[in-house]
This record gives sequence, C-alpha cells and structure tokens, in this order.
Amino acid sequence: MTAFSALLMRDLRLAVRAGGGAGMGVLYFLIVVTLVPFAIGPELALLRRIGPAILWLGALLASLLTLDRLFAADREDGSLDLLLMAGMPLEIAIGAKALAHWLASALPLVIAAPVLGIFLNIEPRAMAAIAITLLAGTPALTFLGLIGAALAVTLRRGGLLVPVLILPLTVPVLIFGVAASEAAITTTMPFGTPFSILCALSLMSVVVGPLAAAVAFRHAE
Amino acid sequence: MDKIGSPQAAPGTSKRPLSVGDLANPSRFLSIVEPLLPWLAGATVLLMALGLNQVLAAPDDYQQGATVKIMYLHVPSAWLGMLCWGIMSIAALGTLVWRHPLADVAAKTAAPIGAAFTLICLITGSLWGRPTWGTYWVWDARLTSVLILFLLYLGVIALWRTVEDPSRAARAAAVFTLVGALNLPIIKFSVDWWNTLHQPASIFRAGGPTIAPSLLLPLVIMAIAFTLLFITLHLAAMRNEILRRRLRTLRLMQAQSAEH
Repeated sequence: MTAFSALLMRDLRLAVRAGGGAGMGVLYFLIVVTLVPFAIGPELALLRRIGPAILWLGALLASLLTLDRLFAADREDGSLDLLLMAGMPLEIAIGAKALAHWLASALPLVIAAPVLGIFLNIEPRAMAAIAITLLAGTPALTFLGLIGAALAVTLRRGGLLVPVLILPLTVPVLIFGVAASEAAITTTMPFGTPFSILCALSLMSVVVGPLAAAVAFRHAE
Repeated sequence: MDKIGSPQAAPGTSKRPLSVGDLANPSRFLSIVEPLLPWLAGATVLLMALGLNQVLAAPDDYQQGATVKIMYLHVPSAWLGMLCWGIMSIAALGTLVWRHPLADVAAKTAAPIGAAFTLICLITGSLWGRPTWGTYWVWDARLTSVLILFLLYLGVIALWRTVEDPSRAARAAAVFTLVGALNLPIIKFSVDWWNTLHQPASIFRAGGPTIAPSLLLPLVIMAIAFTLLFITLHLAAMRNEILRRRLRTLRLMQAQSAEH
C-alpha cells in the first residue's frame, strides 16, 4: 500500500506545483458557466431552471479535457515505462494516478460548483444537492476518461480523440447526475433513485476504468 | 510488420480436409471466401427482391397508411446496427486474447458497415417520424440510443483512422469496443429512464406494438435479406482489407530493398 500512496502523493505534488495545471480545470469550468448567459440571455428564472444542467455539462467538459495529459507527461519523461515494469499491479498503479487526478482536478470542480451556482441563481439548499451529485458522479467521469487517456497515450495521439471516444459513454452519468440535481430542486421526484444509480455508475467505472486502461497498456507493445 | 500482410504466409496446397480453424489463415480465408462471395451476393439480391415484393404486397396500416412500409428498412437496419457491435466485440476478444490478425481485419471492416446500418436506421426513423409524429426528430428513447450507438461507431472509425500501424490500432480499438459493449446496455437503460422521466412513452405501447402476421412475414424476410447483405459486405470488405494490407507490405518491402 506504500507504493500506492507514494504514487498518489507524487501525482498530487506534480499537479499542484508549477506546470501541473490543477487549477486549469476550475478556470475552464468558470469560463464555460460564464459563457452560458451570453448565449441564452441573462434571464434569472431561465438560468435557475437550466442551472443544474449547465453545472453538470461544465464539470463534464472540464474533467474530460484535462485528462489527455494524465499519462502523456509520464510517457515523455519515461516514468510510464517504470510504472509498467514496477512490481505493483498495473491496475493499482493506474488507479492511484486516476485518484490523484480526481483529487487534483475534479474535487476543485465540486468545491467551485456552489460558488458558480450563485451566478445561475440556484438556491443554497439545491446547490448543496448539486455539489453532492457532482461529488458522487465525477469519479465516474474521471475513471471512464482514464480509458480514453490510456488509449491516446498508447496511440501517441492526443487532442480531440479522448473526448470523441469517451463523451458518448458519459451519457448515463449526465442523465442521472442532472436527474438527481433536479430532484433535489423540484422535490416532485425522489432524489434517492437517480442518486443511487449515479453512485453505482461511479463504483462500476472505478473497477472498469483501471482494468481497461491496464489492458490497453499491456497490449500496446 | 503484421503477419497478415506477408504474401509468404500462403500455405502449401496440402490435401487434408478443411476445418473451421483453416479460416483463421488469411490465405485459406481468401480461397474460401472468393468463390463464396458471388453466391452470397446472388442470394442477397434474390431474397431482397422477394422481401421487397412482399413488402409492396403487404397491407397498409389502418392508421399510418403506406408510411408503415418504412419499418421494413428501419427495423432490420436497427438489428444489424446492434448485431455489428456484437460481432466487433467478438473480434475484439480475438484480437486481445489470441492476437489474431484476421480478428483485427474483421473488427476494422465491421465498423463502417455497422455505422452505415445505424445511419440508415436513423434516417429511416427520422423520415418515418415526420408523417407519424409530425417532426423529423424527437428525443425518443430508441432514437436517442441509436444516435449514441452511431456516435460510438464514429469514435471507433476515428480511432482506426488516427493510427497508421494497423496492429497497434487494432488493439486500441479492441479495448474501446469491449468497453463500449459493456456500456451500451447501461446507456440504453439510462436513456429509457431519462425519456420516461421527460415525456411519457405515448408512441410505443408497453410490451411493444402487436404486429399482424401479414406484416410480420415480409419483416422476417427483409431481416434475413439484410443479414445476408451484411455478411456479403463484411466478407468482401475483409477480403479487400487483407489485399490492401498485402499491398502495403509489398510497398514497404520494396521501399526497404530500394534503400540497400
């Protein structure tokens, strides 16, 4: 377990220090949310109605667009090869990297969401619910995106390949994330059902993502 | 250099009886598929003609009129759009487990065909929606699921086209195909849930629309005809891909010998 935590700490340190770009995702999230009123108009009632959807879409894009660097930097400096040859199971190593990426890139989105909710005229109680759904749902996005990041690195291609491959797979997360958020706001629907499914999707991705990424790396050479 | 590309892989003309395993050899595969293709194509044309004839003879729906005939193109292409991902998943297992180059070829050539059938399904569904629902597109659960399936097909094709080395692309595409196969039922379930949340299912009755036998027979014939069409297209595309790879290998060898 020490190797796991060592890898986790290394990735976290790299992310928060110069050149890591951990804050970039939050900045991107802020810009996306800021752009929406310019596109649809500043009417507060409308913004409040589609607020959860905007926050979820922003978080989805922000967490996926930061992913293509997850393994790319490690490949460039050779540490990816060391990881592949290390004694610890590759799935665990990939899981540690993904967890570090989630802590450094996705967790700030969850924390930033309530602040951005003010722009969208969302009530504090509903905002807490949206933050909880983001907390439960963003692991699914990170660990699904992991597969795309692994494929992009083994193919030595970056850019739009990861979002093109992974975004269709995130449809269930988006559906249940927004549904749970709206349930918390309108209280006409039960919150528990979509929220439990959202948690289930996250748990499943935590298993499937590292497994598939490890297969991609093992078959790369 | 991948094994499938080398013309030297051609086996000797031994006289032992053929078995299913022989199909795994690209040269044997070609020697079996080549004579089979005209027969398959002929059978497809005949069955398609018979099916279309039956479709024209089938009675119109008492509510939808003649537009119900779109169903005979729409439903088989939807089936094949899904079947094709299944075939790609089996081929993906062949690629990852046995590292068999013919499985790579099968997976690569199936993707555009599957995308084409899915697109036909979407277009016919949209054309069918115009007279029955009054609009070309509704975010109906089935249409939405098929649209996402189409996007996944485009993703796989994009993956194949990004990478020049075919065997490297094959393994990456295989991983993505299997992840997609795992996710497709979840996407289907989610979209159904989302759709019932947003709009009640008014078009399709629960348990599916009951279909009269006079409409069912042409549908079955068309489904078989479409499946034959798929098999023909897929085998022909696999043959073309094998020949294309051999050509690539020959060019590479030529370039290599020119260097010395």
